[in-house]
Amino acid sequence: MTGLLLQARGVRVDFVTRGGEVARALDGADLRVGAGEVVALVGESGSGKTTLARVLVGLQQPDSGDVLLDGTPLGRRPRDLKPFRRRVQMVLQDPAGALNPRQTVYDSVAEGLRLHGLSTRDPDGRSEERQVADALASAGLRPPERLFLRYPHELSGGQRQRVLIAGALALRPELLIADEPVSSLDASIRGEILALLLKLRSDLGLGVLVVTHDLGLAWNIADRTAVMYLGRIVEAGPTEDVLADPQHPYTRALLSVVPEMEGLEAVVLEGEIPDPTRIPAGCRFHPRCPALASGEAAEAGVDDDCRRTPLAVLPDHRGHNVACHLVAARIPARDGQ
Amino acid sequence: MSAAGGDGGGGALRPPATLSARQLARRRRRDALGRNWRIFRGNRSGLLGLAILASFVLVAIAAPLLASPEGLDVTKATGGVLEPPSSEYWLGTDDQGRSVLTLLIWGARISLFVGLAATLISMVIGTLVGLTSGYFGGWAGGALFRVTEWFLAIPFLPFAIVLATVLGRSLLNIIIVIGVTSWPSTALLIRSQTLSIKERPYLERARVLGAGRWHQMSRHVLPNLMPMVFANTTLTVAIAILTETTLSFLGLGDPTRVSWGSMLDDAFAVGAITTGAWWFIVPPGVCVVLVVLAFTLIGQALEEVLNPRLKDR
Amino acid sequence: MPDLLTMRDVSVTYRTEGGDVPAVRGVDLALSRGEIVGLAGESGCGKSTLASTILRLQPPSATVTGQVLFEGEDVLTMSWGDLRALRWAGASMVFQGALHSLNPVRRIGDQIAEPIRVHSPETPDREVEARVGELLEQVGLPPTRARAYPHQLSGGQRQRVMIAMALACRPRLIVADEPTTALDVMVQAQVLDVLSALVHELGVGMLMISHDLSVLADLCDRIVVMYGGRVVETGPAEGVFGGALHPYAGALSAAFPRVGDPRARFAPSGLPGDPPDPAQLPPGCAFAPRCPRAIEECTRAVPELRSFGADRSAACIRVAS
Repeated sequence: MTGLLLQARGVRVDFVTRGGEVARALDGADLRVGAGEVVALVGESGSGKTTLARVLVGLQQPDSGDVLLDGTPLGRRPRDLKPFRRRVQMVLQDPAGALNPRQTVYDSVAEGLRLHGLSTRDPDGRSEERQVADALASAGLRPPERLFLRYPHELSGGQRQRVLIAGALALRPELLIADEPVSSLDASIRGEILALLLKLRSDLGLGVLVVTHDLGLAWNIADRTAVMYLGRIVEAGPTEDVLADPQHPYTRALLSVVPEMEGLEAVVLEGEIPDPTRIPAGCRFHPRCPALASGEAAEAGVDDDCRRTPLAVLPDHRGHNVACHLVAARIPARDGQ
Repeated sequence: MSAAGGDGGGGALRPPATLSARQLARRRRRDALGRNWRIFRGNRSGLLGLAILASFVLVAIAAPLLASPEGLDVTKATGGVLEPPSSEYWLGTDDQGRSVLTLLIWGARISLFVGLAATLISMVIGTLVGLTSGYFGGWAGGALFRVTEWFLAIPFLPFAIVLATVLGRSLLNIIIVIGVTSWPSTALLIRSQTLSIKERPYLERARVLGAGRWHQMSRHVLPNLMPMVFANTTLTVAIAILTETTLSFLGLGDPTRVSWGSMLDDAFAVGAITTGAWWFIVPPGVCVVLVVLAFTLIGQALEEVLNPRLKDR
Repeated sequence: MPDLLTMRDVSVTYRTEGGDVPAVRGVDLALSRGEIVGLAGESGCGKSTLASTILRLQPPSATVTGQVLFEGEDVLTMSWGDLRALRWAGASMVFQGALHSLNPVRRIGDQIAEPIRVHSPETPDREVEARVGELLEQVGLPPTRARAYPHQLSGGQRQRVMIAMALACRPRLIVADEPTTALDVMVQAQVLDVLSALVHELGVGMLMISHDLSVLADLCDRIVVMYGGRVVETGPAEGVFGGALHPYAGALSAAFPRVGDPRARFAPSGLPGDPPDPAQLPPGCAFAPRCPRAIEECTRAVPELRSFGADRSAACIRVAS
């Protein structure tokens, strides 16, 4: 269970908007997911969390920065990516749309096997049907044969999500990236899918990166949690630290508005994440920061820094890290180790 | 760590089902077809169109049984010039003394054949161009799109006439002329549908699994285009038959074969209108209208059958 | 006696090709002024269908029985004129997915003003404008935003506009169907703040529909939990969320864990199986096939809603009185 598996280092992604402006979706993001580790990447829409997931899985090329697999930078050509895809798989958001409506469950799950020539050359000598059945069973769909010839529209939302997971598992990846795996599912199904991800980790040693806006989900399953705001990770660390003892004012605000959250006074931030074409100077969170607005930052003498001094990219060290002038001023000795 | 990869969560698995996946798939496909047929049957006008078309196809296939091919030979004509309908010649005779009914029956063969063959060419070109220009953005897709627009902007009939004149008058040439002039609208339709399918999440999923462009196009985009191609085909056949009639009427058809268009051309040439020989003009005209109507009705019914699925995505 | 809305034994049946589908089966519900009642349940449980009967908005293929009394008048039998008055000024709805409910080519001010102008055409323009400004302020938007088009607003702002539209004719009841489902947690908090402030300031009643029991627990006075077209539990919000009697209500509240609760760490809680298809309801208790506490008796008869103390009831034979 040791060793590094997948890592994003200083990843920057720009999009050109229709008006010709440059929107910086990712502005130097560092994140790593180790083998057999469950990491939650948390943020609001517009934070860049889905873009980071797409970069990590090779669907989006970074404008600068690297994605490293076991320390080796990822190639950019399709040929270089193919072996990578067997090791890192992704389950996309929206299980209703991620399955081809004209393909049966069997064909959808077998697709990856066929693309990688594993239908006929399984390392364990299993037939294609056997591999598909095993993948479906691993995803909790039993008996698998009964689902082989169903079409997506004949499945429930939870079943579709499991079929998608099975399609990824068929390649026997070491890491699974799941983008909002339960946001479109019924409340009672949610727990089952999350339990499945945990079970896959314990049974197969699968590492999981969950991209979500749902802090409860992170608390449910993640070993580590990283909070994103406007293209950067602002706080990261073990989930118990980040969610039970949040340091960054943004994380605190996010947590305080989770319904039925006790112990924190609700801090409802004004407005929404700013436009990524105009990232604020200094700390990118300062225009909405409750600590700056309340004068807390001025008391600590960092209010000028908040407005002017840009923060360094948060290194993804072990331990609890926070990108905030105020937190840094309060604990000068903190170096993230 | 569990070393057994995908087997980890397995536990006791059942042996594979007795029917192979392939057999079951075939049965499923048959069921789906049956379901679609039931919806189609619920559409009365579609059913009417199908009945009309079926009878014309039957007539075309059974032409040698219904009327001797000798009836087409001018030298073996038995009737008088432009005889009105009688018990011997149910639809009268033409200016050469041939039975109009015989001409009509054999003409159905040519008209339907030209219509279907030209449609095939048109659909293949239209689908390929639409798919490629929609799927590949960039300059290649853009260039193909410009070509499509260019073909669409050329006035259709003059272009067809010029092409037919250059290529010469033969059955094959008329098929080619109709084929290469009628694809642009199909291409545009397919292109717009491709653009929308391209953004569907299942294509992204295929990319994550490691699919290249060819796989995405052939396994995901094309199968999802097929219902639309199918529905569009029937409408294109109608246009193709109409075009064949037009070109033959303008004297650009194959002079050695009788089609409904060439009958109309002959009738016009010998002044059937002024002499009141309606039996030479009305029957081929009615047949063209009926077949075009039949294909249009079927096409509309097919859209109804296939569209709810398109929306369901 | 609730003074605003009383639903008695309401059942809704859809007529389909495959036979009759019972979407709602004998539901009682009551709501007073100044009260927020939460209606919780999963897809297909009948909650949206039930809400649609309040304004008689159910599709034509649906047959409704029972009584839906709005201020004492039965909505199901009232005349078209009365119904129109009810829809204009009595009760209004806020739907999810605000992007598709707004006309993209009209300014939002005009869209908010539309019901006012139609309802009372003699209102002078200046008054209408003032009212639109007032409404925008009520939902926390600057009145200058009246000149904006929908695409210039964010998701949360559009949802606020939808709420302003619902308030335009000063309704006594607001029915909000998943008003925050597509929104981020921070924006959801903003919208929920707006809604609860409105109820308390204007004294209107609100029926809020959601699948998220934790959201309802935060906002509502009472919660009604539906499953398979029936009410399975009802009671004060905190009681239902914190100490559910019915196993299904318990599963719903456990599905959204309290962050910081050590019991929820690495223990996501869910139910096996899928919500039932209303066309093929299991015999007896509809929840029995997924219920961790089900016994054989559960499949014999549909359990009645039994009272457990004041204002609290549950439909489960496994709950001891």
